[in-house]
Amino acid sequence: MSITVKDVQHVAKLARLQLSPEEEATFTEQMNAILQYAEKLNELDTENVKPTTHVLQVSNVMRDDVIKESLSQDEVLLNAPDHEEGHFKVPAVLE
Amino acid sequence: MSLFEYRLPELHNMLHNKEVSVSELTEESLSVIARRDGDIHAFLTLNEEGARATARSLDDKLASGESRGLLFGLPAGIKDNIVTKGLRTTCASQFLTNFRPIYDATVTAMLRQADAVTIGKLNMDEFAMGGSNENSSFGVVRNPWDLERVPGGSSGGSAASVAAGEVFFALGSDTGGSIRQPASYCGVVGFKPTYGLVSRYGLVAFASSLDQIGPVTRNVEDSAYVLQAIAGYDPKDSTSAKVDIPDYLSALTGDITGLRIAVPKEYIGEGVDASVRESVLAALKVLEGLGAVWEEVSLPHTEYAVAAYYLLSSSEASSNLARFDGVRYGARVDEGGGLLELYLNSRSRGFGPEVKRRIMLGTYALSSGYYDAYYLKAQKVRTLIKQDFDEVFKKYDVVIGPTAPTTAFKLGSQTEDPLTMYLNDILTIPVSLAGIPAVSIPCGLADGLPVGLQIIGREFDETTVLRVAHAFEQNTEHHKQRPQL
Repeated sequence: MSITVKDVQHVAKLARLQLSPEEEATFTEQMNAILQYAEKLNELDTENVKPTTHVLQVSNVMRDDVIKESLSQDEVLLNAPDHEEGHFKVPAVLE
Repeated sequence: MSLFEYRLPELHNMLHNKEVSVSELTEESLSVIARRDGDIHAFLTLNEEGARATARSLDDKLASGESRGLLFGLPAGIKDNIVTKGLRTTCASQFLTNFRPIYDATVTAMLRQADAVTIGKLNMDEFAMGGSNENSSFGVVRNPWDLERVPGGSSGGSAASVAAGEVFFALGSDTGGSIRQPASYCGVVGFKPTYGLVSRYGLVAFASSLDQIGPVTRNVEDSAYVLQAIAGYDPKDSTSAKVDIPDYLSALTGDITGLRIAVPKEYIGEGVDASVRESVLAALKVLEGLGAVWEEVSLPHTEYAVAAYYLLSSSEASSNLARFDGVRYGARVDEGGGLLELYLNSRSRGFGPEVKRRIMLGTYALSSGYYDAYYLKAQKVRTLIKQDFDEVFKKYDVVIGPTAPTTAFKLGSQTEDPLTMYLNDILTIPVSLAGIPAVSIPCGLADGLPVGLQIIGREFDETTVLRVAHAFEQNTEHHKQRPQL
């Protein structure tokens, strides 16, 4: 299976990346090389193998439902590129 | 003798006995950085004023007789993907050039609690993606042993700063080998603990099921000492393990009589430089002389580890890095379009090529129609790799091999070929996939460059790994060799 520039453009859209034509060409070539290498995994029969999602045997980790202080609005907005009246500011979404 | 030649527990006592003050140690660290870091570029942010202020307050604390933390007065560097409250944390990315965290990572808080002095933040591959530190968007780190060579990645700044005697210890993070491989290239000790032993809260996530924080030091005793201060359960990290933390220093007995060592044939076979293999075989002879026995074994799925790793880590990275959108923090590129344009422009300018490549690969592997063929398949292969280790550990106490197939390569020699670069990590990646502990310690020089010996242990059996590493170190002089600077 090999991927085309069109596939790369589609994936870039999903990943919210704007690629230049040069980047599209480079990534098409490099991703093909890497995915071709990944085909190696098909040499293995994994029909009855369980996938590892986590190496430790932990599941459903929950904390007690205790009310506590959260970050202040000032702290939360401290690194915001743009903010106004306690909100993160973004370009208008609706006309 | 330079202050850097003392072991951390020795320095702890010297500080206690007032043979040296915290301010003196801190000034020593800052002056070496001033002399050497122009060439090496291990630091992205120096915390000069903060470090001096901490040093003064610790000196006062000692004078007033208050109790001291384990790392009292010891100047440390922290990899720049571990958040430090109020101190710039960039992940070596343009995206976070001016990011000042509003909270401390758990390990940062633990260092503070233990009275360490934070000297600054260390250079790395952008978002910890890379094996050479050439992906830092603020410029490469150079290997103290040869300034034309890479220090390894992604904790290249951590390894180089310790090798150059700039800090007394450093913290790094290891996803596929990012503590061990640069430790190997720079001739220092790099320890990757069992997944879950050290909290990842406040470590900027690359691949959450693999990332692990660990110490970079000049010797094994120091490694045990720092690990003692940072290991432990953290309720803020849902993947943190609830296990008892042993006394790591008391595990360093020097006795390895009857120890059973497995040497995977895949780790000393084709693709491994002859000089690296010779150093490792010589190291095994030393261990044999100390009463250990070793046999060749097979970890048959080793050759599939790199492919599985890149699919899994890139998939997790694409998901973790989705939060970088230029809205709540980080660099924003707003050229007057709508919200989608803002995302696209911010992400496209903010991320460097390696990060984009992995986001692309991960997004592809997780996308509809390819999930089973790539992501799920890789997760199943991960199981087989873990089973390889489980099988070997039924009969043996540790697995030993080289840390990397070669010594440090020349800057720029592999940048055009990501796949070749990825294969440098073939001996560290299987350990990461299995989630088990491993250390890289110096075991010789090949053409004047350090070779790393990798000692791998069972899940949460850090003490055996440290004991073997320490026994080797006590009977050799490799860890005492220093780069000519």
